[in-house]
Amino acid sequence: MSGTDWYQSRFADFEQNLNGEAQGPVHQLRRDAIAHFTATGFPTSRDEEWRFTNIAPLTRIDFELAAKTDEPATADIAPLRYGLPGPVFVDGHFAPSLSQLDALPQGVVVKNLRTAFIEDADLVCRYIGQDAMSEDQAFTALNTAFVQDGVLIYLPQGTVLDTPLHTLFLSTGTKANVVSHPRVLVVAEAHAEATLVESYGGLGVEAYLTNSVCEINVGENASIDHYRVQREAPTAFHISATHVREARSARFRSTSITLGGSLTRNHVHTALMGEGIDSTLNGLYIENGSQHVDNHTLIEHAQPNCQSHEFYKGVLDDESSGVFRGKIHVHQAAQKTDAYQANQNLLLSDSAKIDTKPQLEIYADDVKCSHGATIGQLDADAIFYLRSRGIGHREAVRVLTRAFAGEVLDRVRIDGLRDELDRLVTERLDRAAGVAP
Amino acid sequence: MLKIENLHARIEDTEILKGIDLEINAGEVHAIMGPNGSGKSTLAQVLAGREGYEITAGSVSYLEKDLLDLDPEERAREGLFLAFQYPVEIPGVNSTYFLRTGYNEMRRHRGEDPVDAMDFLKLIREKLALVEMDESFLKRPVNEGFSGGEKKRHEVLQMAVLEPKLSILDETDSGLDIDALRIVANGVNQLHAPDKAVVVVTHYQRLLDYIVPDFVHVLYQGRIVKSGDKTLALELEAKGYDWVKEEHLEQTR
Ligand SMILES: Nc1ncnc2c1ncn2[C@@H]1O[C@H](COP(=O)(O)OP(=O)(O)OP(=O)(O)O)[C@@H](O)[C@H]1O
Ligand SMILES: [Mg+2]
Repeated sequence: MSGTDWYQSRFADFEQNLNGEAQGPVHQLRRDAIAHFTATGFPTSRDEEWRFTNIAPLTRIDFELAAKTDEPATADIAPLRYGLPGPVFVDGHFAPSLSQLDALPQGVVVKNLRTAFIEDADLVCRYIGQDAMSEDQAFTALNTAFVQDGVLIYLPQGTVLDTPLHTLFLSTGTKANVVSHPRVLVVAEAHAEATLVESYGGLGVEAYLTNSVCEINVGENASIDHYRVQREAPTAFHISATHVREARSARFRSTSITLGGSLTRNHVHTALMGEGIDSTLNGLYIENGSQHVDNHTLIEHAQPNCQSHEFYKGVLDDESSGVFRGKIHVHQAAQKTDAYQANQNLLLSDSAKIDTKPQLEIYADDVKCSHGATIGQLDADAIFYLRSRGIGHREAVRVLTRAFAGEVLDRVRIDGLRDELDRLVTERLDRAAGVAP
Repeated sequence: MLKIENLHARIEDTEILKGIDLEINAGEVHAIMGPNGSGKSTLAQVLAGREGYEITAGSVSYLEKDLLDLDPEERAREGLFLAFQYPVEIPGVNSTYFLRTGYNEMRRHRGEDPVDAMDFLKLIREKLALVEMDESFLKRPVNEGFSGGEKKRHEVLQMAVLEPKLSILDETDSGLDIDALRIVANGVNQLHAPDKAVVVVTHYQRLLDYIVPDFVHVLYQGRIVKSGDKTLALELEAKGYDWVKEEHLEQTR
């Protein structure tokens, strides 16, 4: 079997095992999603949006839904937690014993989606799957078809989370060719504020697929600082979609860090649906070996007087490859839009390559849009300056590369997370430079 | 200490150094002057090991070693220091880190243990005082946003930290205000010692009022066309370069 047929047959199995859960509006959504996925199928390199990312290695494998496994020891996952509390999922399954969900402010809800499908059906149905049926979102549809465990983060009007909440999706990698479909649903009502971390980690050696979807609704005057940290195992495929909807005067900030996986595709779509919104997308990808990372972003300015800032940086070594597509779509109504986009890439080897392309679609006449993409090597003058002070060539390269990545890392506002990312990045670069840690 | 013989260097297809001969001994101060574009910075960069220049003829020996055979960092560790005419801004690299790493590389090269952050802070405070620089510079990225004069002071601070044997100061005086010029020159003089040598590349006599040279050389069109003692600089200050150029033309005719 292959491709869509395979997943259709898996869906039949999955549906049978749902028992009592195979009813209600959420299940209807699942059925619609599998139908949509079956009809559209996987994208191919003939699709403009997928031209530079070949997913054949992924579609060739018949992935089985990851079964519940023994939970890893708390000590094993400690380094992946960054000292932050929150729910933990293992191979897609909620792991209550590993999760830390106490001490949430009054009214804030953080729970397994599966439970929320029953207990908070109205709320969930209002927000989930708003983008599941888009033409170009086959993976989101696939995730939706199999949606079960995941997290609902509900911040009622005016609630403020003072501690960052960290949702960790862990893959044990003990069994080959399994897939999980992590799902995050965030509903932040007016004036709510939170810092959220969504992170992915892999412990094992077997190949697996993570196909994750995160939906974030930022209400009027609400503020969400969202971090996405991808540290999958080197054998992993990681496909993600982040769908964001922002209401009037919302503030949204996203920081996406990609370190792991063999093939990664991140899609971020943020829709600025009210006036006075301030939206920021930051990203950093560090690749070596034969890694491939594709970051697709779409910022949609639908209303006037909004700002968006986008800043993605990549460091590519060895034979690694990358893609950056940043589309800014300014609707006709979106006068006085101020949009800025930059993508900067550092190629550390002759065989590394990056395809970067900004795409501006502007239908309003009174807007300020600027963009810039660079691909380069390290500054030879800077290397020479460091060497002329006795600093060795390798160390000079390492330090300058770290400084390049630092421009994104320094924007991480959670101290523990930033320090750990800094350490990981430095370690990666040390290894690349052949410096003993 | 340093012996340059018939040094020829080109960049891409342009020959810039066309046979430089220069000998510098321990304890000496040399000034190199000359019109814009004559090759002074090129000479300094070639000595420091900048890539991109092709040495087509000649040799340079430094402390009994073939200098041209050494990597830039090896030259630095052997005590050669270049104060850049245009110091490089390095965003994201902290000045303290930069200074301490260089300092510890020197120590390691001498077989000494590296110093930790605390000990280095003590040392750097003394050096900052020497060039009258504020400690706040240490927290900033290397040269980023420094004013022209601050960059030059920072070069001399680095010289003070690294304690080189042979220092080449490429227009370290340009961009300095009158007070800063005096401070920087005093710093250089204090760092000078009988076992060390200094080469100052400059356009102006005012620096040489403070750092008094034993020898003054005029570099013109890639060659040292005239050498003398400190009075040569005064003569140049008074008369400009035309007479030197003419003399040179006559000699080559
Ligand atoms: N990359 C290059 N390609 C071609 N010519 C170059 C290059 N770099 C330097 N030059 C030329 O080499 C010559 C010498 O330059 P250099 O910087 O050594 O002069 P200088 O004596 O230090 O001048 P100044 O007093 O202005 O600092 C100049 O004519 C310059 O234009
Ligand atoms: Mg010069």
